Amino acid sequence: MRRFTLISVPYVWLAVLFLVPFVIVFKISLSDTALAIPPYTPTLDVSSGWSGIRAFFANLDFENFIFLTTDDLYWKAYLSSLQIAALSTLLTLLVGYPIAYAMAQAPDEWRPTLMMLVILPFWTSFLIRVYAWMGILSNEGFLNQFLLWTGIISEPLTILNTNTAVYIGIVYTYLPFMILPIYAALEKLDSSLLEAAEDLGCSRLTAFWLVTIPLSKQGIIAGCFLVFIPALGEFVIPSLLGGSQTLMIGKVLFEEFFSNRDWPVASAVAVILLLILIIPIVLFQRNEQKQREAEGQ
Amino acid sequence: MAQTVFAPWLDADEKPLIEFKNVTKRFGDFVAIDNLTQNIYAKEFFALLGPSGCGKTTMMRMLGGFETPTEGQILIAGQDMAGVPPNKRAVNMMFQSYALFPHLSVAENIAFGLKREGKPKPEIDARVEEMLRLTRLTKFAKRKPHQISGGQRQRVALARSLAKAPKLLLLDEPLGALDKKLRQDTQFELMDIQEKTGTTFVIVTHDQEEAMTVASRVAVMDEGQIIQVATPADIYERPNSVYVADFIGDVNILNGHATRASDGYDITYAEGKAPLHAKTTNDLGENSKCALAIRPEKVSITAQKPAKMTNTIKGKIIDIAYLGNLSTYHVEIEGGHMIKAQTANTTRLERRSFTWEDSVWLSWTDTAAIVLEG
Repeated sequence: MRRFTLISVPYVWLAVLFLVPFVIVFKISLSDTALAIPPYTPTLDVSSGWSGIRAFFANLDFENFIFLTTDDLYWKAYLSSLQIAALSTLLTLLVGYPIAYAMAQAPDEWRPTLMMLVILPFWTSFLIRVYAWMGILSNEGFLNQFLLWTGIISEPLTILNTNTAVYIGIVYTYLPFMILPIYAALEKLDSSLLEAAEDLGCSRLTAFWLVTIPLSKQGIIAGCFLVFIPALGEFVIPSLLGGSQTLMIGKVLFEEFFSNRDWPVASAVAVILLLILIIPIVLFQRNEQKQREAEGQ
Repeated sequence: MAQTVFAPWLDADEKPLIEFKNVTKRFGDFVAIDNLTQNIYAKEFFALLGPSGCGKTTMMRMLGGFETPTEGQILIAGQDMAGVPPNKRAVNMMFQSYALFPHLSVAENIAFGLKREGKPKPEIDARVEEMLRLTRLTKFAKRKPHQISGGQRQRVALARSLAKAPKLLLLDEPLGALDKKLRQDTQFELMDIQEKTGTTFVIVTHDQEEAMTVASRVAVMDEGQIIQVATPADIYERPNSVYVADFIGDVNILNGHATRASDGYDITYAEGKAPLHAKTTNDLGENSKCALAIRPEKVSITAQKPAKMTNTIKGKIIDIAYLGNLSTYHVEIEGGHMIKAQTANTTRLERRSFTWEDSVWLSWTDTAAIVLEG
């Protein structure tokens, strides 16, 4: 009985904070838009009894999902989101791995400081940091002023309101999520393994490829999912740093909700987004599980 | 049939495989190896023995190429090793932690070094198969290191380091992680494999029993210097210093003054006692201060004063350590010194002749003790 109570706590938590909201969103996605408060029909009317509930279910349908397939804006937005998320995950990995590697190689007494520097940006608001990037990347921003001053360029570069700015924003924002799991994997790496590899005929570089990379694989996979999953549904970065041509599903979602006030279509977009995300989330969980098994020995 | 004794170090014409020439290694202010010169010959099983921090691991890591000497030269097969990285040396090392690659199977671990040489696959497979057979691991070829026992892991590490048929194999505390029984079995296995492959082994250990069992020669080290290099029997029977005598096995040390006698020395160890006599060819020179080292098993313990023994001392049993096959008696002699005497328990415990507080006589022959500079 005690065991049951203990297990039920996370399940109740999940039911209240995930399942109930999801059911509500899913229900809205099956409704029709209406000029009302809330802006959709039907709403459940329990007072008229059984017939009211039957009428409620009769009015639910999948036409919003069908609508998503008719307008190519939506699938293009999904595809473009996937592409931006994938590319920025790769970029984050390329930037994050060397940082994590350097941290793991650093003397013991430096590591807490380096770790704090990685986490430090979380202490200020995410929104403020993205605004700061607007100041850096705009035509009259710090970056352009600096480049003009050094004479590398003669005309200011247009970075803000392009996809480049979105990539910079995502890489910057999610970098700690990439660094920390890779660092955790590299820190555990026994340096005698590299000596053994060298002893058996590897150069430093081949030892890195054959030993360091495979042994930090779990960290790389974890870091990539931790960046890819939130980047896919990202809204703030593309709407603040991206331009009109930046197409991301988070932005579409926001516009459906607030500009069009079409809650049912917006909900349908959200449900599809969730379904797309379930695949990498399940893969991520399986990776974590595999890692635990490997370490469990 | 007379067997030829393996002792290349006695042969002046024999070329050493490894030569340390005035090698010094410093880490900052700390001197790990202090002006060390030593030859090691092909097919030797050479043990570096000493307490932790004595420099034995540093010596081995310099052979492997993981450390470079601050001064001096290391030659392997006549070639100066300065600037040769570990992957370019015909030397392999078996690491203390085994350093098995956790992401590779047993067979892949053994094949790792062979693959780097770019040999054709059938050749690699055949060699891996051979190594698996040699170390009795064929059944475990497909397992990952975390799926096998400590003793098996040790054998994988050995197989991996032997796979490339190195000229020289370095073993860093290879049996440190095994329990006592397994360690003893593995010691004989190591000797067997060393003989079969004809590889030169250099082993680092702090376990003197292990060094005595496996090695053709033992180097006893302290504070970056080799104190004595000799065969296990010589190290035990003829230590060249109190340090070596004390480090290897159990020993009684009596400090005293030596005066030359016909075939050795007479040693006075206490006022008003008859001097002890020890036969020796050692020459203490002008120095009359000396230490007499006697192994406990060479001290007899009797109730009556033995008639024929050269050296006899009266004492009282203070303590008895019963080890099963042996008993060690701690006997206090007049003057407060404690001397250990060891006897084999050839009779049942109930019929033991001595007990606590008994007055006894300790005695030993004139060749049993060693006179050392004190």
